[in-house]
Amino acid sequence: MNIIVCVKQVIDPEAPPASFKIDTEHNKADMHGAPPVIDPYGEYAVEAALRLKEANGGTITIMVMGVNLLREVVKKPLAMGADELILLEDEAFTKGDGWSTAQALALAIKKKGDYDLILCGREASDTNAGQTGLAIAEILGLSCINLARKIEVADSTLKVERVNLSGYDVIESSLPAVITISNEVGEPRYPTIKGIMAAKKIEPVIWKPNDIGLDAHASVKTKLHRLFQPVHEGKCEFAEGDTEEEMAVNLANKLRESKTI
Amino acid sequence: MMSDNTGVAVYCEIKDDKIMPIAAEGLGVGRKLADSLGQELAAVILGSGVGTYAQQAIEYGADKVYVVDDAQVKEYQPDVYVSVLENAAKKIKPQIVIMGQTDAGREIAPRMAYRLETAAILDCVDLDIDSDTKRLLQTKPVYGGNAQAVFVNETDPQIATIRTKAMEALEPDASRKGEVVNIPAEIDAAALKTKIVQRVAEEVAGIKIEDASIVVSGGRGIGSVEGFKQLEELATLMKGALGASRPPCDNNWIPETAQVGLTGKIIAPDVYIAVAISGSSQHMSGCSGAKTIVAINKDKEANIFRYARYGVVGDWKKVLPAFTEKLKELMAS
Ligand SMILES: Cc1cc2nc3c(=O)[nH]c(=O)nc-3n(C[C@H](O)[C@H](O)[C@H](O)COP(=O)(O)OP(=O)(O)OC[C@H]3O[C@@H](n4cnc5c(N)ncnc54)[C@H](O)[C@@H]3O)c2cc1C
Ligand SMILES: Nc1ncnc2c1ncn2[C@@H]1O[C@H](COP(=O)(O)O)[C@@H](O)[C@H]1O
Repeated sequence: MNIIVCVKQVIDPEAPPASFKIDTEHNKADMHGAPPVIDPYGEYAVEAALRLKEANGGTITIMVMGVNLLREVVKKPLAMGADELILLEDEAFTKGDGWSTAQALALAIKKKGDYDLILCGREASDTNAGQTGLAIAEILGLSCINLARKIEVADSTLKVERVNLSGYDVIESSLPAVITISNEVGEPRYPTIKGIMAAKKIEPVIWKPNDIGLDAHASVKTKLHRLFQPVHEGKCEFAEGDTEEEMAVNLANKLRESKTI
Repeated sequence: MMSDNTGVAVYCEIKDDKIMPIAAEGLGVGRKLADSLGQELAAVILGSGVGTYAQQAIEYGADKVYVVDDAQVKEYQPDVYVSVLENAAKKIKPQIVIMGQTDAGREIAPRMAYRLETAAILDCVDLDIDSDTKRLLQTKPVYGGNAQAVFVNETDPQIATIRTKAMEALEPDASRKGEVVNIPAEIDAAALKTKIVQRVAEEVAGIKIEDASIVVSGGRGIGSVEGFKQLEELATLMKGALGASRPPCDNNWIPETAQVGLTGKIIAPDVYIAVAISGSSQHMSGCSGAKTIVAINKDKEANIFRYARYGVVGDWKKVLPAFTEKLKELMAS
């Protein structure tokens, strides 16, 4: 059971919203003062892969595409228990859009070969696009299952529980397949000291556009026209009182007087 | 870039014997876009015995309705639907395709886009036509809602899914006339790789959170199943529904179908009472459409107070019982 997990390095989505700033000139965003992290849904995907490995054996290869990839960040999945790390690290990889991202990852996956499953997060915390996994499946012509919360493999058949807004579906598929992972799969484990030591010894493999046969004019189909921050004016009316109980009573009164409730 | 594609097509999902509200919203914005381009608005309906819904789509603004009425598309199967809609798009050749950001739309739109060698933008909160280029301006929240991006697709069809309640449906008009065209399903059997073998509903009993006019939601600070029982008491008193941020769902204090936010449900009740929720941008994506937000949080600096109209700074364990008690009294009088 060989699994490839695509994980991205992103600005920390859990940093306080007040630290979020946009550089309008370059249409780029930053979390001021907060270091980058691996994208949370990518981390859930790593967790899902580790559970599959525990049940079925095999190896886990992590793929990260981007620039300025901090080794202590992108090595986290190794510290959690993954086996190999492939970095697609080049300016050229960041010039594109969702389409070219999926294209590059698909080419890298093809080059790597020998896989049974490809896992992605349901959506990256920066793009919130929710497309990369589905796109990789379409490009490689593989089975495609979105928003998984549970994965089982028996006799080379996949059985996946897929989250939906009113419950879940049970989906069956053959292998190989691409699956996007939702948080319902369960909390990602923390790296152990042993895991961190092991991760230190693993040298990432680095691939450039040439290595995966990506020509310089990767297909870009979407342009970012504008990036802006919606404003929220704080105009909260706080219920006063000497005790919390008094504040609560005042809040109830306010809601009733204003006919809110 | 330039193509001979023309018109706006809206994929209308059917649920509970009618066109889904989000599909009506899609037709509403689709009508606006089609008018500003001077083009036709088409609706696309899939299912078995669904011909009767064509009239509804016309009442909501469609000029033409393409119907795929076939036993093979009776129930949603991702691979089947992607294949049928891909073929429909090749036949209709629209310039713009709109779908709802539903369980189905969020997977059909990108997959179809890749097959048609074009791009999709998901979860749009605004769609407009650029007056110079006549291309579709697609606004969607990014960075978990901390920012919004306006994207332009350079290839046709320009495919977008829309966020629920972000756009307005037209009042249905029974006197509107339109044309109904039946098209065959033409399913490519080789494209069928996955199969939904079971559908399990896990919804909480009582009023649905997306339909409720009052929602009481709890966050990580609630800490337990018992805490949610107290919130439920307040929700029941106001005939509202119970919701949550993500951590309580992850901790199984409440079913995951109660999750409000970017990756949960997007709701717009009259009143949203957020208890022990910090107000992350991802959570606010799901509830910032509420008319009035009320927040109870022990941290005065919590982000939720930037959105709230009324607030109490305090421990919910002390605030909530007194609040529920007082409301009970006020509502009885
Ligand atoms: C891509 C992505 C998608 C996501 N989608 C969603 C989503 O759909 N929905 C969602 O909710 N989250 C989502 N998240 C997670 C989100 O980033 C936050 O982690 C989450 O919303 C935090 O939930 P919370 O406010 O309950 O918890 P916290 O941020 O931990 O806040 C708890 C709050 O409770 C208060 N508190 C604690 N004890 C008490 C007390 N006794 N009395 C009063 N107040 C108290 C604290 O002051 C604090 O403000 C997503 C994250 C990512 C990266
Ligand atoms: N640059 C990248 N490198 C590796 N994985 C990625 C990259 N971009 C997206 N992914 C994967 O695709 C998922 C969805 O991303 P997106 O389609 O951008 O929302 C992420 O959670 C990752 O698993």
